Amino acid sequence: MIQVSNLQKKFGKLQVLKGIDSNIEQGEVIVVIGPSGSGKSTFLRCLNLLEEPSGGTIIFEGNSITDKRNDINKLREKMGMVFQQFNLFPHMTVMENITLAPIHVKKLSKDEAEGIALGLLKRIGLEDKAQAYPNQLSGGQKQRIAIARALAMAPDVMLFDEPTSALDPEMVGEVLDVMRELAAEGMTMVVVTHEMGFAKEVGSRVLFMDDGKIVEEGSPAEIFDNPKHARTKDFLGKVLRY
Amino acid sequence: MDFSFLQKYYGFFIDGTSITLFLSFFGVALGVILGVLLALMKLSKNILLKSFSSAYIELVRGTPLLVQLYIIYYGLPRLVGIDFGDITLGIVAISLNSAAYVAEIIRAGILSIDKGQMEAARSLGMPHNMAMMKIIIPQAFKNILPALGNEFIVLIKESSIVSVVGIHDLMYNADTVRGNTYLPFEPLIIAALIYFVITFILSKLLSLLERRMRAGDSSI
Repeated sequence: MIQVSNLQKKFGKLQVLKGIDSNIEQGEVIVVIGPSGSGKSTFLRCLNLLEEPSGGTIIFEGNSITDKRNDINKLREKMGMVFQQFNLFPHMTVMENITLAPIHVKKLSKDEAEGIALGLLKRIGLEDKAQAYPNQLSGGQKQRIAIARALAMAPDVMLFDEPTSALDPEMVGEVLDVMRELAAEGMTMVVVTHEMGFAKEVGSRVLFMDDGKIVEEGSPAEIFDNPKHARTKDFLGKVLRY
Repeated sequence: MDFSFLQKYYGFFIDGTSITLFLSFFGVALGVILGVLLALMKLSKNILLKSFSSAYIELVRGTPLLVQLYIIYYGLPRLVGIDFGDITLGIVAISLNSAAYVAEIIRAGILSIDKGQMEAARSLGMPHNMAMMKIIIPQAFKNILPALGNEFIVLIKESSIVSVVGIHDLMYNADTVRGNTYLPFEPLIIAALIYFVITFILSKLLSLLERRMRAGDSSI
């Protein structure tokens, strides 16, 4: 579904991604872990061109996303993204947040879009919040709405950029539950996270990144129980101690 | 003080006030439209648009309104060879001046919005312009409303400068009444009062609008 080859990204002189190769297949849940500054968020953000790659190619469903002839807006419709800081639109109700893109980008009718939104809100257990504004919601609720907003476009893949890192600890569970459900339904997902429990349980493949490269990848069992690379061992030793 | 002149001359103040309101209304409207354009140009990646906008803003901010007014009033008709009429030229001068200040206010407002908002909108497949119109500008507008309101009030007051080229606005007519009645002081009090009432009403309307736009901000 997504083929990444020799992906490079420089910010000025600083090379953040030093050649990433990866194939993401339909239905996979890829969990990207690694120390901060390892380039994992940049990698994710390159996938839907929020960051412009400095080199290499990314093919999404047969289309190169960096090729200027391809309409990036069309491709982005098929890639949902969830941010660490939620990024809900504060001047709109929950319902408007979710239906905005379906109505204006996909050109669905208002009724159709609201029907989809209500279904999604029921699924995440927040149908009573349809008319609320984002700042009347808790962090966990905001993030679930943000997931619903991305799902309303019926994407083929969902990208999660540290979706639980800005949450109070007691709210992490509710967001991971939604993601777990999504994975169980067969959604293709790429998740950058520090939630090792989630990675172990839900991930179909784990990528360990360090210093702009994928150091090691494999099934959760391989990575967590039998890491091969010294840096992976070191990292896991530090994060799994607690 | 003697205000009995009003009986005879109240019409001057009414006429002057309507001209002042007319000038201000179109000055503000055109100023905002041009200001938005200038702000977007200054924020764009196109180096040509960006430098044009920057240069324009610097030039307008760095020269007195009075000089600009004279240049427009005497220069523009000669330059294009069309006689525009006094009031049109007054509106052009005022709005070209205001646009520069409005542009800077709007630019600051747009920059104050978290970049995550643009990213979220773009990641939903929205083109840049749509994201700007639906997500960024509405939020920016709410933030800059106080500064923008201030600019409108300044513009109404500064519009009195057009009296120097003979446009019959409130200030000009107040002067006329002073000359006709040999009262140096009282007509000015009336003019000041009218300016104040206009700006005070506007200021109240703006704070009402501000409160309504903050409706979504009530937090738990």
